[in-house]
Amino acid sequence: MLRIENLCARVEEKEILKGLNLHVKPGEVHAIMGPNGAGKSTLGSVLAGREAFEVTAGSVAFQGKDLLDLDVEARAHLGLFLAFQYPVEIPGVSNMEFLKSSVDAVRKARGKSDLSSVEFMKLAREASKKVKLDQAFLKRGVNEGFSGGEKKRNEILQMMLLEPSLCILDETDSGLDIDALQTVADGVNAMRSPDRSFVVVTHYQRLLDYIVPDYVHVLAGGKIVKSGDKSLAKELEAKGYSWLDGEVA
Amino acid sequence: MGVLQARVLELAAIQNAPAWLSDLRYQGGERFAAASWPTRRTENWKYTSLAALAKKDVAAAHAESVEFNDLAMIDADAYRLVFINGVFSEKHSDALPPQVTTFAAASEEQITVVQRHLGRLADSSEHLFAALSQSVLEQGVLIHVAAGQCLDKPIYLLNYSAGKQACLASTRNLVVLEEGAQAEVFEQFNSDGDEQSNLVASQTEVVIGNNAKFKHYRLNLEREGITHAGGVFVELGRDALYSGFALTKGAVLIRNDYVLTHRGSGAHVELNGVYLPRGKQVVDYHTNIQHCVPHCTSSEVFRGIIGDQAKAVFNGRIHIHQDAQKTLAELSNKNLLTSNKAEVDTKPELEIYADDVRCAHGATVAQLNDESLYYLQSRGIDREQAQIMMSFGFINELIQSVENSDVVEFLMPILADQFGRKESLLQMEADALESL
Ligand SMILES: Nc1ncnc2c1ncn2[C@@H]1O[C@H](COP(=O)(O)OP(=O)(O)O)[C@@H](O)[C@H]1O
Ligand SMILES: [Mg+2]
Repeated sequence: MLRIENLCARVEEKEILKGLNLHVKPGEVHAIMGPNGAGKSTLGSVLAGREAFEVTAGSVAFQGKDLLDLDVEARAHLGLFLAFQYPVEIPGVSNMEFLKSSVDAVRKARGKSDLSSVEFMKLAREASKKVKLDQAFLKRGVNEGFSGGEKKRNEILQMMLLEPSLCILDETDSGLDIDALQTVADGVNAMRSPDRSFVVVTHYQRLLDYIVPDYVHVLAGGKIVKSGDKSLAKELEAKGYSWLDGEVA
Repeated sequence: MGVLQARVLELAAIQNAPAWLSDLRYQGGERFAAASWPTRRTENWKYTSLAALAKKDVAAAHAESVEFNDLAMIDADAYRLVFINGVFSEKHSDALPPQVTTFAAASEEQITVVQRHLGRLADSSEHLFAALSQSVLEQGVLIHVAAGQCLDKPIYLLNYSAGKQACLASTRNLVVLEEGAQAEVFEQFNSDGDEQSNLVASQTEVVIGNNAKFKHYRLNLEREGITHAGGVFVELGRDALYSGFALTKGAVLIRNDYVLTHRGSGAHVELNGVYLPRGKQVVDYHTNIQHCVPHCTSSEVFRGIIGDQAKAVFNGRIHIHQDAQKTLAELSNKNLLTSNKAEVDTKPELEIYADDVRCAHGATVAQLNDESLYYLQSRGIDREQAQIMMSFGFINELIQSVENSDVVEFLMPILADQFGRKESLLQMEADALESL
């Protein structure tokens, strides 16, 4: 599914990823934890293809293709989805139009026909029920005036509609109350399947009680410094990150 | 004296009806004759050249026989008055309520109202095109709503330019709302092809009495060949409300002057506008809000998208006089250039002589936000489509704030066409809105 080898990347002359390796097989759930500023969001941005982030070394293969060679939209067409840590507000562009355009674009790239607006509306309604986002939000501008939690629900809604094969969730849990956390986790769990993988970036072990990972990695100083199973998350919760300092260096 | 100026004065000299407007015509003619043609050094015309217009020849306004089958119109229950090349067309117009009359059909009482107000706000000693239209004064509409009354439907003034010849289409509209009265007016301007090259100089004066409310939509939808030099002149009494929306697609030159004056405290002006010139079109909005008394508010938002080699001018003046304490005035103008040959001159002009006021203003030339583009692309939408969606959104934000939903529905397909957007998406939005 995803093979990241020795990935190095920088933004504005600042080296952030310094030789990161990560292999994700179909159906697996990987959690990535790590201190603030470690480069977790940077990894997501590099994988999604954000322009400001420059890859200086290494390679990323996704579905057998050279991911780094593709445009942002082509990566989405191929099945990569990033749930943003900070989803942007785009006033004036209706959420509905945005969702329909993206679903159409991704379906087209996969050789499927456009959905009729009635078919699409049905899907959008079902998905918004699942993430407990009132349908009125479909009419609003993209994320316009949404609360933090509503933005995160809208991200999960998009993930459901686009049916990606690799979902990267960047701190989707931060700022959510327990109910919202449960909703997000239910959405993710319902989508788990043998050919869909997840990379869940989180600060807190809490989310991992709901979305149980196959592997847990610690990202610090721009690389994965420790990997283990879900018990590693508990250990991190108890001890913090400082005991790993030796391994960062 | 240029061709146009000379020609207009010829037309003015032979205009003799209606007789009761002859004094105003005479005054307008004198002032227009005395006016020196603006150059780039003339304060009000710094950014827009009138050199080509000076050489333009125009014929007297005359009515063409026109059918409107394929003209897009606002689908609203309204009283419609149609002017073709500036001449009232009874055939195309609805029967009018007693509060509305053409100048030609005005009663004694209505004549008195016109004589009292016409040209009072559209000062022909100061505004070149107010003088021009006053010099040939003939065609016009009076909307006079008595105290406490509310017009039961909007008044729809449809101005159509047609035919091979370039005419001078110059109507005058006068709205007088007595204390507590209410009215809503649509002004729409169209032309029947890119070749049609009328000079449209339509001036609208609005007297809003104490506690009265006026909603006003002025939509310049003319095609390529038109030159439009229009004006909207508004006076607000105590606790009055003016709520205006302006839209211009663009043509040879579309210039609109808005002059709004607060004369009674507690009044509010809301003025929003959108301009979308492309090709070699030029759009010029000059707005001027005069706060003469305390405790008034004004909020003004204009946005433009300028493409190709087009040009836009936005000059937004706010004048807060010494007595106008506790004024609250906001002005925002944002522009999006979608080509490196497109041009915009934007200038907020603040003159503040009172000390206890709040005044916020901003004028920017913006780029599409990179982060938003990236967000749309990360969902599979290609860059070009993402740019179109975002440009549309930039304008749509203002359109959606238009209070009258018939106007919104009318404007959506026009905008969609302008942005090359798929009609199906609009349909979906409409369906969705209904089903939600
Ligand atoms: N656009 C940017 N410009 C400059 N520095 C950035 C940018 N984005 C991130 N950084 C820096 O890169 C480092 C890693 O950031 P990030 O990947 O967001 O960390 P995390 O998500 O692990 O908290 C931080 O020091 C941050 O300040
Ligand atoms: Mg982060």
